[in-house]
Amino acid sequence: MAVMNVNPTRMQLSKLKKQLTTAVRGHKMLKDKRDELMRQFLDLVRETRDLRDKVEAELEQCNAHFVNAAAVMSKESLDASLLSPKQQIGVEVGSKNVMSVEIPQFSTETRTADKGDIFPYGFAFTSFELDDAVMSLDKILPDLIKLAQYEKSCELMSAEIEKTRRRVNSLEHVMIPRYQETIKYISMKLEENDRSSRTRLMKVKDMLLDKAHHYSAS
Amino acid sequence: MAKNIAVIGDAETVKGFSAVGLDIFPCDDMEHAARLLRNLADGDGYAIIYLTEEVYNSVEKERARCEERLTPAIIPIPGVRGSLATGRKRLSSFVERAVGSDIIFND
Repeated sequence: MAVMNVNPTRMQLSKLKKQLTTAVRGHKMLKDKRDELMRQFLDLVRETRDLRDKVEAELEQCNAHFVNAAAVMSKESLDASLLSPKQQIGVEVGSKNVMSVEIPQFSTETRTADKGDIFPYGFAFTSFELDDAVMSLDKILPDLIKLAQYEKSCELMSAEIEKTRRRVNSLEHVMIPRYQETIKYISMKLEENDRSSRTRLMKVKDMLLDKAHHYSAS
Repeated sequence: MAKNIAVIGDAETVKGFSAVGLDIFPCDDMEHAARLLRNLADGDGYAIIYLTEEVYNSVEKERARCEERLTPAIIPIPGVRGSLATGRKRLSSFVERAVGSDIIFND
C-alpha cells in the first residue's frame, strides 16, 4: 500500500493519528448501518416476493374475468360501461426513515364515501361477468398498492446498501491501511532522525574533547 | 397533497382499472408510452405508475430517471397475455445489487 505524500513531521503525525481514529470509527458505524440495512432489506424482499406472486396470480384471474366479460358483451358496450369512472383513488404519500433511507408510505382514500361504490354502470345492460371482473380488481387493489410501496422501498434500499458497501470497503481496504502505513512511515523517519542527530552530537563531542585535551574517548 | 395512480399499457389490460379509480393511459405504441411516462413522471401528480410488462421493458431510459426519487413508484404488472416474470427479475436484480449475488431467488 502506498504511503501518502506527506512531510514526516510531528504535526503531520498527530494529524494523521486523529484522522485514523475518525476513519476507524466511521468504518465501524457504516458497517453497522450496512448490516442492519441488509437485514431489513432481505426481510422486505422475501415479503415482496410472496406478495408479488400473490398479486400476479390474482391479476391473472382478474384478466380472465375480463376476457369472459368481453366474450359475452360487445366491445362497444363493454367500453361504454367502463367509460366514465365513478370512483377515484387518491394516494397520500408519507415517508419513513429506515437507517437514513427514505422509503415511501402510501395510504389511499377514495372519492366517494362508500368504498364498494365501484360499478360505473347500470346493471341492466351488462353481464355479471363484468361485475365479477371489476369486483376482483377492486379486491386486489390494496395489495397492488402495497406491492408498489414494497417494491419502491426495495429499490431505494438496495441502492443505499450498494453505496454503503462501497464506502465500508474503501475505508477498510484503502483508507485505513494507508493511514496506518503513513503513520508508521513518519514515526520511523522521526526515530531515524533522532538517532542520527544523537550520533552526530557524540561525534562532535569527541572532536571537541580531542581538540581541547588531546584526549580521545575511545 | 393527494396524488393519483396511473396505469399505462395496452387497452385490453388497462381498461378495467378505470372502474376502480385509477387513471388509465391506453397505448400500444412503445414510443408513445415512453413519452407518456416521461410526462407523468415529470408532472409529479402520480404516486404510483403501473406499467404492463411489455411497456416496462421498453422504457428503460425513462424509468432510470425515477429510480432515486421517492415517487413515482414504477411497477410492472402482467398484461392480459400472461406474466413475463419481469417483476421477479426486477426483485432479483435488487438483491443482486445489494448483496452482490442473488441469494433469494435461486432456491
